[in-house]
Amino acid sequence: MELYLGIDIGSVSTNLVLLDPLGEPYLAPLYLRTQGQPIKALQKGLAIIRDQLGKGDLVCGVGATGSARQLAGVLVGADVVKNEISAHAVAALRILPEARTVIEIGGQDSKIIILRDGIVVDFAMNTVCAAGTGSFLDQQAFRLNIPIDEFGALSGQACTPVRIAGRCTVFAESDMIHKQQMGHTLPDIVAGLCEAMVRNYLNNVGKGKDIEPPIVFQGGVAANQGMRAALEKSLQAEIAVPRYYNVMGAYGAALLARDQAREQVGTGFRGWQVSTMPFQQRSFECKACPNACEVIEIKQEREVLARWGDRCGRWGITGEADQAALQH
Amino acid sequence: MKITYPHMGNLYIAVRALLVKLGLDPVLPPPTSRKTALLGVRHAPEFACFPLKLNLGNFLEAREMGADTVLMAGGIGPCRFGYYAEVEREILADLGVPMEMVVLEPPSGDWVTFKARARSLVGDCSWWQVLKAIRFAWYKARAVDALESKLLYLRPRLCEPLQLEAIYREALRRVDAAENRRGLDLAVGDFLKDIRGLPRKSGDLLRVGLVGEIFTVLEPYANYDIERHLGLLGVEVTRSIFLSEWINEHLFGGLLRVGGLDHLEETASPYLNAFVGGHGRETVGATVHFAGQGYDGVVQVAPFTCMPEIVAHSVLPAVTRDHGIPTLSFYLDEQSGVAGIVTRLEAFVDLLEARRKKRLKEGV
Repeated sequence: MELYLGIDIGSVSTNLVLLDPLGEPYLAPLYLRTQGQPIKALQKGLAIIRDQLGKGDLVCGVGATGSARQLAGVLVGADVVKNEISAHAVAALRILPEARTVIEIGGQDSKIIILRDGIVVDFAMNTVCAAGTGSFLDQQAFRLNIPIDEFGALSGQACTPVRIAGRCTVFAESDMIHKQQMGHTLPDIVAGLCEAMVRNYLNNVGKGKDIEPPIVFQGGVAANQGMRAALEKSLQAEIAVPRYYNVMGAYGAALLARDQAREQVGTGFRGWQVSTMPFQQRSFECKACPNACEVIEIKQEREVLARWGDRCGRWGITGEADQAALQH
Repeated sequence: MKITYPHMGNLYIAVRALLVKLGLDPVLPPPTSRKTALLGVRHAPEFACFPLKLNLGNFLEAREMGADTVLMAGGIGPCRFGYYAEVEREILADLGVPMEMVVLEPPSGDWVTFKARARSLVGDCSWWQVLKAIRFAWYKARAVDALESKLLYLRPRLCEPLQLEAIYREALRRVDAAENRRGLDLAVGDFLKDIRGLPRKSGDLLRVGLVGEIFTVLEPYANYDIERHLGLLGVEVTRSIFLSEWINEHLFGGLLRVGGLDHLEETASPYLNAFVGGHGRETVGATVHFAGQGYDGVVQVAPFTCMPEIVAHSVLPAVTRDHGIPTLSFYLDEQSGVAGIVTRLEAFVDLLEARRKKRLKEGV
């Protein structure tokens, strides 16, 4: 079958989704931990998919997104490299074409995307603070000794959620400890935490945005019932969580790859052998000027696949190195 | 007296011309870089905004090169910048760095004080010489503006934008080196000649207005080269404020009766009727102005915690609602990860493209 591959490499997870020509997921979508090693995670994911494919399966287009989209694009030879905001919007609209708001809360960032008549009209991402993202929930679940997947169910048992300061995670934590010591129950604290995180999200990321239903909630945190309930309570609206809520970026990238395949001949996909190719990465400081840019270089054996990180373009995306700058 | 001054984009070219013509010996710090930021962040208060930190870094780097006097601009109104010269003077003193601070305040009517302060700077120069120096610096600023606006216009239109950038850098160097108007005219003329034949791309492109706090608009280190990112994404960027306008307003006290930003105060009404400090009102006015000119979107940049721009930011949704122009705001600080900014810019460009397509389809 003709297949389209979407890859989303984020700070926390690396996701791969394979779509059939109708845009429906083929095989189970993959959700892997990036663990600071995007190349490894990507190769692992590709290997898993390769082993499940049949003889007649052929990849006809690849899309990459996420904070390591440039890297992923170079390694696999992607046909489309798209920012995660647009990719998430594409995926949400596929699931719910009449969606007017997309709330996406991931490991280290959170976004809001405002849609009207099927196009993005406004968006925002968390800027200087990671409060209200999945990492913090993870950390608190660990501290309270609750497995993160039970966190949501626990908050459902709350009677009177406690009030926790949500402006800063560091203070939220001290506030939580205080409430614990006062004798509040665990479900009330957990539910209070979810409400604090929702307040933080709406005040920071959702500030000044026209949040209107239908609302789609996606990203890893959408798994958390407590967060879902807190959002519904705060926004006074029903919230839809798509089936593949945690791989929507990759899903969107695959949909974009499918659209792109209609416009171009062939694919840039470098084949499944990418999963076993040895890649070397290194970074160095360019000495050509006081900017001291950190240049990153990706090599496959002797061949330089890509370089980036320089402000002036001296090192080029795939260009030749300026030797003088190195010797300086 | 070895005098230095902070960087703000290509401001150094005009100020150097002014000081040299006044018979002074300017020491130019190296271009603002990560090293500058590190120095500034180490010695500045944490809650001060990014421009102060970069200024301070510039001074310390210039000190290493032998500078003993700092020329700094002042300011009026609720923006903290007006007080930065004083704060910087104190910090330098605390650090045991003996540097004199000369502050140029906008005169705001008090010509006697302004004259006295200027006199301390220009020494024995006659007022006629001073006027000539100001005029020459002004021409340089205008030449820089001409190069920059051409760069912004052409970057998204050319097949090889990096080639254009190389030609631009060379032209900038020649403008900086020019000793008279003839040299200036030649540098600009040659630049225009060199770029004429460069191969162009076809197709419609998006136009975005860049508004916000002046330092972050003009200093590419502070704004992560936002103009360049947008340009390479195929977007024509127009600034709300150019260097020459700022120089006229802040250093010459609006002495030269040229253009200026007054019209932006009018377009800011009824959204923002008060002077909120800095260029807050102009940011709103410029956004309305760009909407009226048929621009596709507006990008606002400001230092993190910048009060005037926060006020403007909170007014912008009303402008978007009434004029249908999307805006994107960035608060900039010392973080060095450019990825988040690029992601937002790319998404913004996608948004603008989708809007344009939809409009074309609907035949609006």
